[in-house]
Amino acid sequence: WAPLSSSPHTNSTTIMAVEFDGGVVIGADSRTTTGAYIANRVTDKLTPIHDRIFCCRSGSAADTQAIADAVSYQLGFHSIELDEPPLVQTAANLFKQMCYRYREELMAGIIVAGWDKRRGGQVYTVPMGGMLVRQPVSVGGSGSSYIYGFIDSKYKSGMTKEECLRFTADALALAMERDGSSGGVVRLAAITESGLERSVILGNQLPTFFSA
Amino acid sequence: TMEERPNHQYKGVSTGTTILAVQFNGGVIIASDSRASMGGSYVSSKIINKLIQVHDRIFCCIAGSLADAQAVTKMAKFQLSFHSIQMESPPLVKAAASVLKELCYNNREDLQAGFITAGWDKKKGAQVYTVSMGGMLISQPFTIGGSGSTYIYGYADAKYKPDMSREECLQFTTNALALAIGRDNVSGGVAHLVVITEDGVEHVLIPGDKLPKFHDE
Repeated sequence: WAPLSSSPHTNSTTIMAVEFDGGVVIGADSRTTTGAYIANRVTDKLTPIHDRIFCCRSGSAADTQAIADAVSYQLGFHSIELDEPPLVQTAANLFKQMCYRYREELMAGIIVAGWDKRRGGQVYTVPMGGMLVRQPVSVGGSGSSYIYGFIDSKYKSGMTKEECLRFTADALALAMERDGSSGGVVRLAAITESGLERSVILGNQLPTFFSA
Repeated sequence: TMEERPNHQYKGVSTGTTILAVQFNGGVIIASDSRASMGGSYVSSKIINKLIQVHDRIFCCIAGSLADAQAVTKMAKFQLSFHSIQMESPPLVKAAASVLKELCYNNREDLQAGFITAGWDKKKGAQVYTVSMGGMLISQPFTIGGSGSTYIYGYADAKYKPDMSREECLQFTTNALALAIGRDNVSGGVAHLVVITEDGVEHVLIPGDKLPKFHDE
């Protein structure tokens, strides 16, 4: 057993993002661990990068915080130069460039999601290694393995914002039930042209399912 | 512990697999895919049968090393039939599971195989038991196993309900297998399902292209 304080803080986690017509819904659990100790049970893994662009962080807490800080600086600067709100694709590419260049040193799995005027709601995933791909629905983190089947069976295109919120909350609750590194509360956010709506679902209000 | 074992990835033919067993009202369905792979990149068999009949109304399905599993089930089949003759009655599902457990636990250092046992007996009706790789034995209303099962924990937790009808259970099981095969590269081939009730045993085979398709396929 290594002493707890020498283990890095990780957001082994469950994160998720879904596109809908007019925006995106993003969600995450709230657990940060150092070894077996839960260092933060109310973590906010949904980090703003710009007014209508967020990222969901999984992997090393330090790495992802540092990357998000760097990217939000670069994006803010770029947006001022352009005199326009930045594109989600631009934010995603900035993440990719950093995650790919420093792939050997970093442990970061990031989902970038937001709304822009050109393409509406978009979700881009930048997993470990630094690939970039756009997907209508994306999950990440250690808890994501358990919900691939659920997502594949339940997702359909053309869902409303409320359906997406419900779908995300259900999926995250299922993952948190099975993954020891995910837990706490479910944090959700809906990003549209008109703005941002954040919500929290506390432990006792989470959807419940059958447990064998 | 599993972590101390050397890497057995190329030990031999291994069933990277998806297996499951689900109770319904009046019976149990036990199901699996049919792929055997070596090292995760070569499919050594597209259509092996992982559902082994150990007695008239008791089946088990195997995950892990195919060689170990075949050896263990061969021994278990013999012990069970002997036990059944001595008792002059069909064996209990729990007895079958216990026989497997004894073999797995006593040889846990050398074996790398886990089992799901499901069947019907007169005492308790339809039952499902899991024998894990180290030799733990537990009874559950339904259970999933094998490498492909990780991807369907969420689906199974969300969709299972107790006392399903036979048709609902068939749909649930087929969907679960199809979803797991869709995400796990070492599960695939056809879907084998066996429906066990008091009246008998029915084998259902669904070829890969007839499995349910989901939104991105």
